[in-house]
Formats: sequence, structure tokens, C-alpha cells
Amino acid sequence: MAAKKLGLKQRYALMTRGLDWETTYQPMDEVFPFDKFEGIKITDWSKWEDPFRLTMDNYWKFQAEKERKLYAVLDSFAQNNGQMGVSDAKYVNAIKLFLTGVSPLEYQAHRGFAHAGRHLRGVGPRVAAQMQSLDELRHVQTQVHTISQYNKYFDGFAEFRHMHDRVWYLSVPKSFFDDARSAGPFEYMVAIGFAFEYVLTNLLFVPFMSGAAYNGDMATVTFGFSAQSDESRHMTLGIEVIKFLLEQHPDNLPIVQKWVDKWFWRGHRVLGLVAMMMDYMLPKKVMSWKEAWEIYFTEAGGALFQDLERYGLRVPKYADVATAEAEHMSHQNWSIFYQYTHAAGFHTWLPSDEEMDWLSEKYPNTFDKYYRPRYEMWREMEKDGKRFYNNALPQLCTTCQIPMGYTEPGDPTTIAFRSSEYKGDRYHFCSDGCKDIFDNEPEKFSQSWLPVHQIFQGNCGGATVPDVLAWYNMNVGADNMDQAGSPDQKIWDAWKTKQEKVAG
Amino acid sequence: MTVELRTMSLEPRRHTFGHIARRKGADVPASRYEEGTLDLQATDNFHYKPLWEPEYWVYDTRKTAVVMKDWYDLKDPRQYYYATYNIARANMQQAVERTFSFVEKRAMLDGLDADWREKIIDTLLPMRHVAWGANMNMTNICDRGYGTAVTAPSQFAAMDHLGMAQIISRIGLALDGNSGESLDTAKTAWMDAPHWQDMRHMVEDTLVVKDWFEQYVAQALVIDAVTHAFAFDIMDSAGQTKGGAPISMMTEFMVEWRAEQTRWVDAVIKTAAAESDANRALISGWAKGWLSRAVDAVKPLCAHVVGDASAVSSIEAELSARFAKLGLAL
Amino acid sequence: MVQIASITFQNTDEARPIIEAVKADNPGLRVMDMPGAVKLDRDDSIVIRRESVEERIGRDWDPQELHLVLVSMAGNVDEDDDTFTLSWSHA
Repeated sequence: MAAKKLGLKQRYALMTRGLDWETTYQPMDEVFPFDKFEGIKITDWSKWEDPFRLTMDNYWKFQAEKERKLYAVLDSFAQNNGQMGVSDAKYVNAIKLFLTGVSPLEYQAHRGFAHAGRHLRGVGPRVAAQMQSLDELRHVQTQVHTISQYNKYFDGFAEFRHMHDRVWYLSVPKSFFDDARSAGPFEYMVAIGFAFEYVLTNLLFVPFMSGAAYNGDMATVTFGFSAQSDESRHMTLGIEVIKFLLEQHPDNLPIVQKWVDKWFWRGHRVLGLVAMMMDYMLPKKVMSWKEAWEIYFTEAGGALFQDLERYGLRVPKYADVATAEAEHMSHQNWSIFYQYTHAAGFHTWLPSDEEMDWLSEKYPNTFDKYYRPRYEMWREMEKDGKRFYNNALPQLCTTCQIPMGYTEPGDPTTIAFRSSEYKGDRYHFCSDGCKDIFDNEPEKFSQSWLPVHQIFQGNCGGATVPDVLAWYNMNVGADNMDQAGSPDQKIWDAWKTKQEKVAG
Repeated sequence: MTVELRTMSLEPRRHTFGHIARRKGADVPASRYEEGTLDLQATDNFHYKPLWEPEYWVYDTRKTAVVMKDWYDLKDPRQYYYATYNIARANMQQAVERTFSFVEKRAMLDGLDADWREKIIDTLLPMRHVAWGANMNMTNICDRGYGTAVTAPSQFAAMDHLGMAQIISRIGLALDGNSGESLDTAKTAWMDAPHWQDMRHMVEDTLVVKDWFEQYVAQALVIDAVTHAFAFDIMDSAGQTKGGAPISMMTEFMVEWRAEQTRWVDAVIKTAAAESDANRALISGWAKGWLSRAVDAVKPLCAHVVGDASAVSSIEAELSARFAKLGLAL
Repeated sequence: MVQIASITFQNTDEARPIIEAVKADNPGLRVMDMPGAVKLDRDDSIVIRRESVEERIGRDWDPQELHLVLVSMAGNVDEDDDTFTLSWSHA
């Protein structure tokens, strides 16, 4: 019999759709126990449009090819001591932040998409989520394998797993993902698939990886861009989820809107770490956080939300506040880490004159007025041998868990404080966005494992800073404190001197 | 200058990450399998109880009755991490592509005896649904399990089952000229034909097993072994005199996969059972229960295909011997 | 407000013929070079044609091979055997 040729769509449908069935020996609600409690109404799973119709044959083929290339680069990077070829030793701190803060989230995404890939009732979204689960495992493993080379020569990497579960600022990304993981499968898909992957991930990966390329880190740029090629598939899954939920039932709109508002704000807060990395930690800077925000949120997000208007979905609440904060966030974050350098797992420094000029140029409305004077004062203090350390433990926002250092919208000299009462206790927040999130789910967020509270309750190794740092497995004097005088810097300088000698 | 630069030596300050050094010793380099697996899952200080299962944390050792002092003892002897897993499967899939084009170019499926063709459609093709059930269970184990050592290969296995379901689907499409009719017929058999109902009943029951390690025993140790031995040994041999040789070629992936998978599953079961008498008793009980269920479920299939179910007893005997070697008491 | 469709590729040998094909097939395309990557923007839509890519590489090309070189994109995806389209318009 002459076989008719199958198009991509038909082939995918025949090979994937129809694998599932309506169970009769067990009730469907027992087989899929978690996809109703969130109140999302799905009337017809078959209306799901599969983005990227990948079957396993092509999945294995493409992914194997990507991996062969990537590991060839990693091997040659290691053989050639590529870690010593980056623009400057300071650059390595950006990678420390990545491994301790971001890679464990990739792992969480791997397990989270396994949950969604098991528990969503439609076969289409389930297969897409399973592939994403596998991809996310790829991301964490390729990151660990790439950064393994840095770990052999620099401090701050070795305890990334131990630290992620404990260190004060790492509870920011950790609680973000714990929040998504402990939500229902639909909220998870909106949180990670849509808000994070579609709306915000470009702000994490593209600047990070372009930054790596610009700073001579070929290994990181290779894993980064290789991971992004999966990310494009994930982005289409994220947007399909939103459309599908909104098309299925009008009652889904308010639920989805609340999730979009929540996860936009949660994501924005986590990305503050990236903002600081871009503006302060890259020795050769690619673009400012504000520029990245304009390209990837204002422009790309603008087009997206304009598209979603037809479903009644509006731009996330407080998007305007986030855009206004783009003028301040990186500066305020770097200032926090500078003050707490003794408790951070990477090195800090004050921006040089040249860097401050770049920041003035990129932030003409705010840098010279609010932040340059602060750095100049700190520089004077350093010169006088009085480098400023903040020895008090900071108050943390109950929702995002960042120290309460952010300022009022429109008033950059006043710290923003918000609070709510729940069951007789008062909870504190850095912003209206974080307060709203708490007020919507107080029973969830009142559980937050807040590092400072935990230290005061005696759950973190002891009552003094050295006790806590020991509990973090922090190698004091090597992992923490300023870049200048660090073992990292010494090794770097020795290598460069040796290199110059050899080069004659 | 390049040559001289290469002679510049740079001593590494450490060989691997702290959590791995604490397991292996600080002066030993770690493999990519180890760095990409050991302790990768978070263990402490979770922030919120899941809305959907507030009695547990997301990662919680209490989700199974099996107790391990160290869940990272359940290592994968294949030492798969994502890259090596994918490259292995891409190579196997390349052979599948060659076989399919070989078979299709020569219209070899036209040589199937008419009655055997019918059996392929109503008994081999519905195996894609068995595979889909396996995909769901292995994904669930990745979701609910504890420790990357066992959860990561479980997701690999889940995707393997999806891949095998798709290979079987392609056999159907090769038979029906890409109309998909044979797949519809197969699904009707799966849903309604008497010879499939014990199997479907069992598969649906595995989907609601709450203890993930029991689900692992049911699916990976027992059901995969029994159903594959039936479909790709018994049924395959029976087909040899009925023009079924091209089907053997098209399902070679499954044969190769089973040999490899067995190494992993045996290592996991053996280690978990050796951990304690309590584990051994639990796992033995599960293995015994699911084996008898699976053997009963495959009997009507065997009777349908080869006339009687006596061949199934050889599967049962082989598996009982294998389980005994793993330290299980049946 | 005009909606911008966008696609970003790795700046590699493998991606270059695809980038060239996109440039040829999409009048009004804007090109932004970044370290390691190239971002292509266009009002409303961007299309990638299998034929145009094949002309440039001299072999069969499956639009799913895009997976090997993509970095990011914006717009609704529609893919079939001959084209890969990103757009904000709705048929």
C-alpha cells in the first residue's frame, strides 16, 4: 500500500495523542488527584495546541548533538586552563552567584516539571512538561560540569549545594522555587512556564551569557546558549499554557491574573541578583540592567501582554513599579552585599572611577544623585582603614526574603516598609507587591524559613556570626570578604605575572 | 610561545565540590556522573508545605516505607547523566531509523501472514498504552522519589517508554499506510477486548500507588520485565514462522533497552533490599504480589496470540530466579 | 503600539546561513549584534523558510534543526514542514 506522507503536525498527533485513555478501573480523579483544587476549569484537553511537536526520536537526536558539541568545548576549556583566560578575576564572582543561586533552581525545575508532566490530565501538555523536566536536568548538570573547572581553582563554589539550603541571600531564589513547587500544577506552569520562562528568563540568560562571551568565558557561554536553545521550546510551552487556560473557561481569568501578578513580582525580585551582576560584577559590561529591562520586559513583554489583552489579561500589577525600580535595583543590591561581604559567598568591591562613569552614563537620572556619593564615601572610609561592615542582622521581607533595603517608589531616600497582621503576628514586607502576595496566601507565606529569624531562634549553628558562617560551611577569609586581598586574587595575579614572564 | 605557555603548570586547589569530597575523600577527582548526581537534590530548610500534599515536604523520605541511610547508595551502574544518556539513546534510535527505512523500502510488512498482522494490531500495538502507563509511573517516581541517584534515571526511563510507545506507533503507521487506523483498532482492543482487560486493570492500579518505591518495584522490576518478555520474546518467536521477522527488526530497540535497563533496576533493588531486613521484606512482598498479578494479566494475551498461556510460566520462573539473586524472598 | 516579533540565534557557523535566510526573507528586519548572539527583530512577524535555508547550505534542512541554534524568541510560534513563523497577528 502506498503510504501517504505525514506532515509534522499529523505525525506528532498520531505518535503522541491517543496514547492516553480514560481510565475505568480507577476513577480519573484518583489518577489525576491534583488538577482540580486550584479552581481551574478545563472543558476540553484536546484543544491544547502542541508547541514544538517533538517526538523522542528527534529529541534524542538533537539533544545528543548539542551535548557532543558542548562537552567538546568543556574538555578543551579544561585542557587549556580557560578559567584563567577570562577578562578579570572579579568576573569569576558572577559565576559563583550563578552556581549557588541559579543552578539549584534548574534542578528544582527538573523535579517540578516531572510533577506537572505526571499530573496534568492532557497528554500534550504532559509530554511537553516531561521533556522540559529532562531539559532542566540537562541544565543543572551542564552547569555543574562547566563550573566544576572553576571550582578547582577558585573559592566560593565548593559548597554550592550546602549553601543553597542555608545561606541568607540564597533563601531568596530558594524560596521562590519552593513557592512554585508547593503550588498546584497549573500555578506551577504559570509561575515557571509562563512568568519565569516566557516573561523573565531572557533577562537572566541572555545578559548572563552575552556577558560571559564578552568576558572571555567560552565554557559558560557555550552551556548558556546551548541551554537557551531548549529555553525557546520552554517559552512556547509557557505561552501555550496561558492561552489554553484562558481559552478553556472565563472563570480561569481571575485566577490566572492573580498568578501572573504574583509571579511577575516574585521573578522581578529574584532577578535583582542578575541586575547587580550585570551592572557591577562583569568587568566588561554588555548592557545595563535598565537597558535589558527595556528590551526584554518593556518591549518584548509589551508585545506579549498586548497580545493577551484579547483574553482580558492585563499587564502584571506593579509592572510600572518594577520599571521605575530598574533605575535603582542593581545599586541598592550591590550596596547590601558590600555591607555584608563578610557573610557572602563571593567577593565584593567598590566600582572604579571608570565603572562609576559608565553607571552615570547608563543611569543619568539616579546614579550620580543617589549612589555615587555613597560609593565615594565608602571609598574614603576604606582609605582611612575603616571599611564599612554592617554587623547587625537585617530585617527581611517575609515574601521575597531580601533584606529591607529597597526604597519607596518615587522617593529613593526613604526605605519602604509594609506590614500585615496574621493570627496575631506582624509580618514585614519590602514593597506593595510582596505585601499583596502575602495577603493573598498568608497561611503559606507565614511559614517562610527566614534566615535571620532562624539565626535568632538558634537554628543556624549558633548566636555569633562565626558560628553561622561555620554552619554555612563558609571558608572564612577565602569564600567571603573583598576581592582585594583574597586568595582568588593572589592566584590570579601570580598566574598573570608568570604568563607575562613566559611571553617575555 | 604557545608551547611554552603549555608548560606553565597550575595546581588545582581542590578536586571536586565539598559534598562529593565528603563522600569520596578530598584528594580524588570526581566523575561527571558523580558531580552531576550526588546530593543534587535539596535536603533542608524548605519554606512551604505543598498545597497538594501538606503532610509531606516536596522532598520527603517518608513518601515510601523503604528506609535508606543514604539514598545516594542507589547508584546507576550505567553512570548516566543527561549527556551520556541522550547520546546512548540517539545511537540506538539511529539503528531504528535504518531498520524502518530498510523494512519500508522493501515493503517487508506485506509479507506478514494475514492472521499474524491482525495479532500485531490487536496485541502488539496496544503495548503503546502499556508503555504510556510506564511513562506516567516513572515520571511519578522522578517527582516523588528521594535523591537524584534514583530520580534522574527514572525520568530517563520514563522518556524511554515514551520513545518505545512511539516506535510501536510507527509500526502501526507502517502497517496502515499512515492512516492511523491500526492505532485506533489497537486502542479499542486496549479499552474493550477481553484479552487486554486484566492488563489494563493492573496498569490503572499502578497509577494510583502512593508509595513510590512500591511503584518502582511494580513497574520497573516486574511489569516492564513481564510485558517485554511476552511481547518481544514469546510473541516475537511465535511470529517468526508467520512473516514476523521485520517486526523483530523494528523492535530491536526494546530488546537492547531491556538488557540495559535490567542492569540499572537490579542494582537499585539489590542495594535497597540489602540495606535492612525490613526493606527486604517490604520489597519482596511487593515483588511477589505484582509478579503474580502481572503473570495473570499477561496470560490472556499469550493465549490470544499463541493459543495457550503455558509459555508464561517460563517468564515467571526466570523472574523468580532473578529476584532471588537480588536477595528477595518470594 | 507595534508588536515586535523577535528571534535570537547563537552567532555560530551553523546559525549564519539561517540568519542570512531570515535577512533575505523578511524586509524591514532589524539586526542587533550581541557578544555570542544575534537578535533579529521585525514588526509583527518573522518567517524562516526551509527552502531559503536549504539554498544556503546545499542539503536538506528540517525546520526543527532550529533547536540547535536558537537562543530566544518572541511571538506566537507556528511551524510546519516548510516554514517556521513567529507572529503576533491572529488568523
